[in-house]
Amino acid sequence: MVAAVLFALTACSAPGGEDSDAAHDSLVVGIATEPDSLSPLLGYGKDGNSKIFDGLLRHDADLQLTPALATELPEVSEDGLTYTYRLRDDVEFSDGDPLTAEDVVFTYRTILDPDTNYPYKDELDAIEDVTAEDDHTVVFTLGYPYAPFADRTVLPIASASAAGDQDVNTGSYNTEPVGTGPYVLTGWTPGERITLEANPDYWGGEPEVRRLTMAVIPDDDVRATRLRSGDLDAAVLPPNLAEGFADAEGMVTHETESADFRAVTLPTGNPVTGDRDIRRALDLAVDRELMVDSILTGAGHAAYGPIPVTSPWFAEGTERPHDPAAAGRLLDEAGWTVGDDDVRQREGQRAAFTLWYPAGDRLRQEHALAYATDAGEIGVDITVESGSWEVIEGRLTEDAVLSGGGNPADPDFDLYGLLYSDLAGDGWNNMGQYDNPEVDEQLDLARRTADRDERQAAYDRVQRELADNPGYTFLTHIDHVYVMADHWDGVTTQPEPHDHGLGHGPWWNVEDWRIRT
Amino acid sequence: MSVVPGSLPWAPMARLVGRRLLAAVPVLALVTLGMFAVAAASPFDPVRQYLGGSAVGVSQETLDQLRASLAAEGTFVERWWHWLTAALTGDLGQSHTLHQPVAQVIGERVGWSVLLCAVAFVAAVLLGTALGTLAASRPGSPADRVITSVSYALQAAPPFWIALLAVWLFALRLDVLPSGGLTDPGSDVVTAGSLLRHLALPAAVLTVSQLPWFVLYTRQGVADALREDPVRGARARGLRAGTVLRGHALRSGLLPVLTLIGTRVPELITGALLVETVFSWPGIASATVRAATSSDFHLLAALAVLSALAVLAGNLVADLLYGLADPRVDHDEM
Repeated sequence: MVAAVLFALTACSAPGGEDSDAAHDSLVVGIATEPDSLSPLLGYGKDGNSKIFDGLLRHDADLQLTPALATELPEVSEDGLTYTYRLRDDVEFSDGDPLTAEDVVFTYRTILDPDTNYPYKDELDAIEDVTAEDDHTVVFTLGYPYAPFADRTVLPIASASAAGDQDVNTGSYNTEPVGTGPYVLTGWTPGERITLEANPDYWGGEPEVRRLTMAVIPDDDVRATRLRSGDLDAAVLPPNLAEGFADAEGMVTHETESADFRAVTLPTGNPVTGDRDIRRALDLAVDRELMVDSILTGAGHAAYGPIPVTSPWFAEGTERPHDPAAAGRLLDEAGWTVGDDDVRQREGQRAAFTLWYPAGDRLRQEHALAYATDAGEIGVDITVESGSWEVIEGRLTEDAVLSGGGNPADPDFDLYGLLYSDLAGDGWNNMGQYDNPEVDEQLDLARRTADRDERQAAYDRVQRELADNPGYTFLTHIDHVYVMADHWDGVTTQPEPHDHGLGHGPWWNVEDWRIRT
Repeated sequence: MSVVPGSLPWAPMARLVGRRLLAAVPVLALVTLGMFAVAAASPFDPVRQYLGGSAVGVSQETLDQLRASLAAEGTFVERWWHWLTAALTGDLGQSHTLHQPVAQVIGERVGWSVLLCAVAFVAAVLLGTALGTLAASRPGSPADRVITSVSYALQAAPPFWIALLAVWLFALRLDVLPSGGLTDPGSDVVTAGSLLRHLALPAAVLTVSQLPWFVLYTRQGVADALREDPVRGARARGLRAGTVLRGHALRSGLLPVLTLIGTRVPELITGALLVETVFSWPGIASATVRAATSSDFHLLAALAVLSALAVLAGNLVADLLYGLADPRVDHDEM
């Protein structure tokens, strides 16, 4: 009867035939999550590729900085405290207002205002002041030398005249943004889709892909099915579902390298996880390659620190082998002996601790369970528990947590917040209370000097120190996998951060694509 | 029916509506107060919800700033009073999850929810009555047994489960209907044809989830009525079975169904909540889920009032109909 009723109700509607062979000037992308707001003043597009906006600078396919709204890379003063940007004079917002230095000043000042609910303020902590020297010159004054500052200025620039008169946290600019970017927002139904149309007056030339739709489809299977049925032209997929498209005619798969790591925090305050020998033993006991092969079905890399092995910043030789026997010997020598219950102990202290993962996150759950199994092999007893972040937050100093993150643009972005001792327990920074004076010194040094070789040397030291006293067990870096129809030229990928979706993916530079004829 | 169309008892009905409107005031006040109390006890941290998954690297200072801005101040009674006084002047406040005024959120979405619920409800009432009558007219027949047992099975099935099953069958396996949304991904324009295609599955699932109640109530009511004296008398006079059913049994047999219309409205809203979520239907349900999980007080309060109003209206309609259908019932005594 169910079927009869359903058919009775649906009989009146026939499946429509869509003309799928249009000129490929439209791209429909299936994404898993959508932004809460489309205003850069609340964090939209802060790492670039925002489509609707431009930053002063942007990252190219290799994450090298190139000018966008600025005419060239910034002029940096000798002491590293003053950054001067000159703006293009041919840029207009989509409402016809010209871009001036005032818009840049407005954007940064609003973001840094304590009353603005901008969650990533700390990334711009170095800024002391931002001023407009003339209509097309902006000067940033920093409170301390901060070498990777220019990488932060990919942040999108909002329109002072369109957004200035309203409440930044609730105003209509959040849902009806006005930007300078290659695309203009034409519609947004939260939870369903975002539609964009090419900006015919774009200063960088009108994009060939004229219509861009971001369909919000949280369920992986539904996204894969709609990609197969031709509803979507491209989608982000888990590796196992992407495999199903390997032989599909006219479809290409992009495996994008990322700085998106999964790691276990080992709190310094806990007598077990704070012990350097336990930390080193866990680092040897964990089978990272197996995790990549089984959990990520090959789409990823073993991680030995926040910096991926594929990054030019990676310190060669800090890879650790999978050697549980060596881990056992190390613990034997350190006095952690195996007790009756197959769990090691030392001076009455059992080698046991709790590892949390956020409930509902299957990827972290699988990492946590694999980690606990590997630890069990060397006699370290890990209890895996799940909970909401509200629950986990209160236990960060005592228990381990399976954390994730990663931003490939500069090593400072991950390393400083993860390892700098002054930031221990400061909000969601340095969750494991890592404390190593040598690491602190090198992290500060790498902020002070702009010299690439000196910075590389400093981050090498940091990575070697981290290998010597691993306050986190880094497990994997996760590739992001995308499947898309093959109608366009100029499709590339960019190393991606932890958060991806609208801005990242092969469509990061869709405005530069050419329709294949 | 004893009341000839055109001479409806307008005055008693108006008095009933007036009394119900007065009674609604304390009910709504209590419902919203209760909502603020429950929200205050919620374990969800609004700051954590606001940050979502990207919270790594946020300093305590920033967290404190966000908390001061996002978390409500004062006791829940104070918050409620503050909200109530503002709402009475027409200011429903701002939704901090959707970054829009609450009035705008509701305005943009309520139409789609009403459409979905209305279609499903009308379909459930009509189909339920038809199937229930069919089952009651031949008790014990194969048709009766199939209808009754399937109804019991469906009554036990949660709507979201039916919804997932329907997506799997019609969207994934057969690929005849879209699995969600309001229009095809590539287009913005809501055309009648595509709306119908996208409405079909969610409306059908919501109908199916409401259907068993109407089927079973109708079957019971009509079966009882068929055993009443006037019906037996009509039969004894040699009237045909169909005439007896339509002219005599249905009139008293459907009275319980009228009551059911009122009492099913809350269930309809809950069902719509689940169905809208599964099919990403852009109605108020998805807004409700977001508001509830991120402690968006302003949006939640407005949505609670809306649901309470729908329930009260459902009861009122049922009582009005009942008074009209049954001459023994007086509107002034309800």
